[in-house]
Amino acid sequence: MFENLDPTFLARIQFAFIISFHILFPAFTIGLASWLAMLEWRWLKTGNQVYADVYRMWVKIFAVTFGMGVVSGVVMPFQFGTNWSRFVDAGSNVIGPLLGYEVLTAFFLEASFLGVMLFGWNRVSPKMHFASTIIVAVGTLISAFWILSANSWMQTPQGFRVGQDDLLYPTSWLEIIFNPSFPFRFVHMVTAAYLTTAFTVAGIGAYYLWRQRHVQHARVMFGMAMIMAIFVAPMQGLFGDLHGLNTLEHQPAKVAAMEGLWETKRGAPLALFGLPDQEAETTKFALEIPKLSSLILTHDLDGEVKGLKEWSPDERPPVALVFWAFRLMVGIGVLMIATGVLAIILYIRKRLFDTRWFQVWCMALTPAGFLAVLAGWFVTEVGRQPWIVYNLMRTSDATSPVMGTSIAISLTAFVIVYIFVFGAGSYYILKLIGKGPEGEPQAYGDHGVDKPPIVTDMAGEKGGQNV
Amino acid sequence: MFSFESLVDLPLIWFGLIATAIFLYILLDGFDLGVGILFPFAPTDRCRDRMMNSIAPFWDGNETWLILGGGGMLAAFPLAFVVLMPALYIPIIVMLLGLIFRGVAFEFRFKDTGKYRRIWDYAFHFGSLLTALMQGVIIGAIVQGIEVEGRNYAGGAFDWLNAYSIMTGVAVVFGYALLGGTWLVVKTDGETQTWARKSASYAIGFVALFLAAVSISMPIMNPEIRSLWFSLPNFFFLLPIPAASLIMLIVIWRDLHTEREIRPFLLSFGVFLTGYLGIAISMWPYIVPFKITFRQAAAAPESQSLLLIGTAIMLPLILLYVGYCYYLFRGKASHESSY
Repeated sequence: MFENLDPTFLARIQFAFIISFHILFPAFTIGLASWLAMLEWRWLKTGNQVYADVYRMWVKIFAVTFGMGVVSGVVMPFQFGTNWSRFVDAGSNVIGPLLGYEVLTAFFLEASFLGVMLFGWNRVSPKMHFASTIIVAVGTLISAFWILSANSWMQTPQGFRVGQDDLLYPTSWLEIIFNPSFPFRFVHMVTAAYLTTAFTVAGIGAYYLWRQRHVQHARVMFGMAMIMAIFVAPMQGLFGDLHGLNTLEHQPAKVAAMEGLWETKRGAPLALFGLPDQEAETTKFALEIPKLSSLILTHDLDGEVKGLKEWSPDERPPVALVFWAFRLMVGIGVLMIATGVLAIILYIRKRLFDTRWFQVWCMALTPAGFLAVLAGWFVTEVGRQPWIVYNLMRTSDATSPVMGTSIAISLTAFVIVYIFVFGAGSYYILKLIGKGPEGEPQAYGDHGVDKPPIVTDMAGEKGGQNV
Repeated sequence: MFSFESLVDLPLIWFGLIATAIFLYILLDGFDLGVGILFPFAPTDRCRDRMMNSIAPFWDGNETWLILGGGGMLAAFPLAFVVLMPALYIPIIVMLLGLIFRGVAFEFRFKDTGKYRRIWDYAFHFGSLLTALMQGVIIGAIVQGIEVEGRNYAGGAFDWLNAYSIMTGVAVVFGYALLGGTWLVVKTDGETQTWARKSASYAIGFVALFLAAVSISMPIMNPEIRSLWFSLPNFFFLLPIPAASLIMLIVIWRDLHTEREIRPFLLSFGVFLTGYLGIAISMWPYIVPFKITFRQAAAAPESQSLLLIGTAIMLPLILLYVGYCYYLFRGKASHESSY
């Protein structure tokens, strides 16, 4: 039944499915690791037990999320070989070392010190434990550095030459690693991860406040998250704008798709909504604000913006998906910034922690970061099509010599397994949230041993028996 | 553009490094996969809790060697990676799915009780079993040779599947069970340890059988391997490998029936080393048997050079802090969930 399906299309669906699932976990753990380090620091500094309780609740959520991130991440490098072997063959001289460095500098660091972070409570000193949390947090950022560098190079390739054998050869590592879109993508993504975590934490804190449970702890969660919403959400607006300008310079076709703009124009309008039609080469029912697109993109009311018709149809990305994903991302960004503004107003009125409608608002925004991250990646990954390496290698030329049937079967297996496994993971995370930070004040572990997990005075003692 | 091409034999160094990374993966994930393979056969749930806890701080780090082996091959020998991955598409995907099930079980099973915990017990067991089986199948498929045309895999979707690869798959399952059993002898005591000794003794018979089967069959299947091992004077130079293997198996078996705890585990590593060396020598110098040598598959010298700098700096550090973690979590494992 799959004979008619195009292997390239199936491989793309499989890759999109696997990486979309995977990115949810790092998007959460990058921010969570840094926040946990912050919490532990506050706890060590102030001795306030509330910070330790909050840490202990969220480190469990972190462990579940990180575990799912690891297992879904192991799949990724093998995907390159199983489904995109011709891309690896041509591009690995350039991209291989970047992936190698990610393993060497980040993965082992994260995996090893996560063990200390989770199981080392009464085996290392509080300072060493704090150091482990920081190392894990830094590890997540190093990992993001390399993988975003590799991804950015595929978007804005430079620092290489094409050999006589049609393979790519590096000419400058600095140009490859720090390719034009990398700094923007890195800052934009890490900030997005921080906001994703902040809004998740805000939503859970708001839920406790709303239910009048764990109020002390909820104030820490909610308060710290609101600081992120107030200061970081507007910064993300700026970073996003800069990233967009960088994309305009290097991938103008992607920007044209984001704007749903077909004709090259001076004083191009900004389409708030519309239905891009790839066949008819027009955006129907567009609700437009005159000249705004030109203003945003060129910082000039009459600046010229290139439309999609500048490119032949086989060099255009699928417009509607990019157009809508972009609007979803920006819309969520605006809601996040609005949350920060509302938080400032409520804080000045001294009603930040007891305004019921605002708690509902924040609960509703709990998954906002995840949606925005996914939408953003859809914009950048669909928007660069039909290229896997921009203007150099087509996605359709990159696939492995694997039958469509095999891919259809593996895709089905991945979908079933991921929904089951990660559905279960989400359920356990919800259970942990339901339990809350005071869930087990005494019971240490599953067998009710009466011993608190954080025993500072045990530092000098030789290792306990709990492995 | 810097390159150490003129200074050192880059492909050879990288062949050694990747072979080492894969070998470390086999040893380290081998014992924690082995624990998963033995998991449902443990006498009590208390034993199972201990078994899980004995590897909980390590499994993630152990699995990272697989990424280093895979990612390292992608970077250092891309041609081998791009031929082998499509050739082994199905076993690789099944292995990855197995790794997913067993990986999440570490977190999930302690968060549930009763029959739902049972689900994750079986996810852990069957995930580990499937992973081990597929890794053995992959080895079996590779040693039989891979169809290559130009720079691409040229065989079918099921070329990897035959009686021989199934046999090597089962062999690896028993091999990992031996590693897991001897690991548990080190990390547990009492009832669990007694049972682990029995399980390891049971596994060791099968390991010996399969090692013999592979050692005999490979020279029969391939005349080049036959002349390599059985021509003079090679025969005498290579004889210590199977001899060492046999002696170590006997010593492990005897140790398992005494009070010794550490030596059986270390000698199981030794048995794996002899098996690995045996295969490596038979395949030399191919990385994709019997079509592509490691030199033909090597990445550009500039790429191998850059990665070599990072490896020279990072690998000792990694070994240092991985060692620190093993030292930190030394001693017998408890049955309590620990965070």
